[in-house]
Amino acid sequence: MNTELTGVIVTFLLTVIIAYPLGKYIAKVFAGERTITDFMNPLERFFFRISGIDASKGMNWKEFLKSMLAINMLWLFYAFFLLLNQSHLLMNPDGNPDMTPDLGFNTAISFLVNCNLQHYSGESGLTYLTQLFVINFLMFVSAATGIAGAVALFNGLKHKTTDNLGNFFAIFTKSITRILLPLSIVVAIILAFNGSPASFDGKDSIVTLQGDTVGVSRGPAAGMIAIKHIGTNGGGWFGANSSHPLENPNYFTNMVELVAQMIIPIAMLFALGFYIKRKKFAYIIFAMMTIGMLFLIVPTINWEMAGSPAIEKLGVLQSSGAMEGKEVRFGAAASGYWSIVTTIISTGSVNSMHDSSMPLSGMMQMLGMLINAFYGGCGVGILNYFIYIIIAVFIGGLMVGRTPEFMGHKVEAREVKIAALVTLLSAFLIKGGTALAAYYFVQHGNVVWAVQPANWLNNPGNHGFSEMFYEFTSANANNGSGFEGLGDNNIFWNVTTGFVLILGRFLPIIGPIAIIGLLAKKKYIPASSGTLKVDSLTFGILTFAIIIIITALSYFPPLVLGPIAEYLGM
Amino acid sequence: MKKYIWPSLKLTLVFIIVCSVLYPLLIAGIAKLAPGGGKGQTVSVDGKVVGYANIGQKFTDDKYFWSRPSAVDYNAAGSAGSNKGPSNPGYLKIVQERMDSFLVHNPGIKKEAIPAELVTASGSGLDPDLSPAGAKVQVKRIAEIRKIDEAKIISLIDKQTEKPLLGIFGPAKVNVLKLNIELDKLK
Repeated sequence: MNTELTGVIVTFLLTVIIAYPLGKYIAKVFAGERTITDFMNPLERFFFRISGIDASKGMNWKEFLKSMLAINMLWLFYAFFLLLNQSHLLMNPDGNPDMTPDLGFNTAISFLVNCNLQHYSGESGLTYLTQLFVINFLMFVSAATGIAGAVALFNGLKHKTTDNLGNFFAIFTKSITRILLPLSIVVAIILAFNGSPASFDGKDSIVTLQGDTVGVSRGPAAGMIAIKHIGTNGGGWFGANSSHPLENPNYFTNMVELVAQMIIPIAMLFALGFYIKRKKFAYIIFAMMTIGMLFLIVPTINWEMAGSPAIEKLGVLQSSGAMEGKEVRFGAAASGYWSIVTTIISTGSVNSMHDSSMPLSGMMQMLGMLINAFYGGCGVGILNYFIYIIIAVFIGGLMVGRTPEFMGHKVEAREVKIAALVTLLSAFLIKGGTALAAYYFVQHGNVVWAVQPANWLNNPGNHGFSEMFYEFTSANANNGSGFEGLGDNNIFWNVTTGFVLILGRFLPIIGPIAIIGLLAKKKYIPASSGTLKVDSLTFGILTFAIIIIITALSYFPPLVLGPIAEYLGM
Repeated sequence: MKKYIWPSLKLTLVFIIVCSVLYPLLIAGIAKLAPGGGKGQTVSVDGKVVGYANIGQKFTDDKYFWSRPSAVDYNAAGSAGSNKGPSNPGYLKIVQERMDSFLVHNPGIKKEAIPAELVTASGSGLDPDLSPAGAKVQVKRIAEIRKIDEAKIISLIDKQTEKPLLGIFGPAKVNVLKLNIELDKLK
């Protein structure tokens, strides 16, 4: 069999094999059972004591959200301040400048919300100080925020009636000390031993074999590359992200980074099953998400391995597939596989340039982000899927003519309204943003911004439209990948996507936590013969159908204008 | 809100120390044991550093194996792909030009034999590798200029080819810098 295909198949199998025990472990950590990391206990108690936190005190959904928002707000100001003043601070061996206010605004938000949209290149846009104290820091804490949100959901589902979703600060802390930090250390060491730099030395200058003088950017990158994947963050140390040979040196590290970015999202599903003791419910969700992933990933790998029809016409040999924007050491199959993995789970790191993917592969990448719940990001993937579940429960209830129930709690107008609002908001932000951008591009091409609208697009025609649509899709999904040809470092893109990022992050966390908070408080109704069985295959398929219908209804028109039209025109 | 701000602030300081100070220092410390000591692995010829093992270099001279086209001209102070879309007419023209230029420098080679990687830019602009086919298609040119037997160069490529991981995962490849260093040693 083709070694490129065996590579991606084994990568996926390894991911699931590691995710299962990891899920069991995560469930134990948050249930307070004994685990191998209990040696962290005294350290955590010390953290709580000096921070004045009573970790045993539960929170209701409003307290939980207030704590989460308060600490996130602090991080935003902290990050913004450092980015605007980085040139005057320590650890700037390459002499890089401060960020402009609009770029700092965008970058601070982007990393706060676990998106990692980057309108700069790491080599020249940040200092080692901001790489570590802003980017590296936010990568840990934003991932932990996502996990905490998911655990709040678990707590709401676990008990028949409760208003205690757990202590935000305690869950957040354990997410880092028990999950993110240990996993990142392992991955970082693997990367360092395979050639990723980890020292604090600045840019090197060398004379090549042929006699050219070139620079080589370096820095303490290995640790950040590890958490960027473990926490589904995705922002690169270097501009070219994980296609950079120091950020992803060989096929083995490529497999490691692929497994690393996918294990927590999948492990959280298994953890859900163990934690609320409804394993079948979790397995059905896992099955549906996996089917969804396969629908996107199989054709994409196929298209990328087949090569570009336009290049085919020129007559060169395309036996290794469509190679524009790809690296030889990964090949077309692993690049196509990565492009879907990174878009369904909101990592947004890339090992090939998505802008150069085949038109319909680009559409699959966008669909991954538009749905944003086939596994989904660190913690938040489950929250997104939960919204679809609530809508499915509601529609399923209407179909059988009963008041909809979910795990023994009546789902009423208020909960459904929240779920509908979260879903509709995405469509509004993505399409509204794209429409506004297209309007400026067409009508005000000469506005004096850092990049004039007329020069935004790196490619003409339908592909240019895709570049704008992709950017807002990525911002709303908190993904962070891009059709990077887009000239996005100017006030329009920095500010508009900044707002989309914040709304696209916090409403899909606030919404599900509010819903579960409201549901869990209600009186428990024991299951009867007429109860909708949410852990049945039928309900799984219903939810899947709801996802397809909502996505198709919301986004068919822009997908036709972008990738589909480009495909038909080739 | 106020009752959450103080604990948030203090917990934030704790994790700045953990995530931004201790964690990178730990990794940097462990990486000192790695090849290259965490500074990146270099390659030397006669004791002189000529490059980084993982970072591709520009080779335009006909006597060397060429690397792939690069959007950043192989200056690793930065990194980027071309971000050209597959249907872009201007881009397809550039690919055509690269093909034409390759054919001029490699007389006797048919365009159907040029692997696409030699006329398309990589994702990072720093791709250090070629596929074995991408190297072999250049053998005729190099053999003529260097006046070395073609078979000798082909066996050098075979020797320098890195097999898929464990023999079964991913593509085979050749590191262009290492290949060219060995090529200079051929007599």
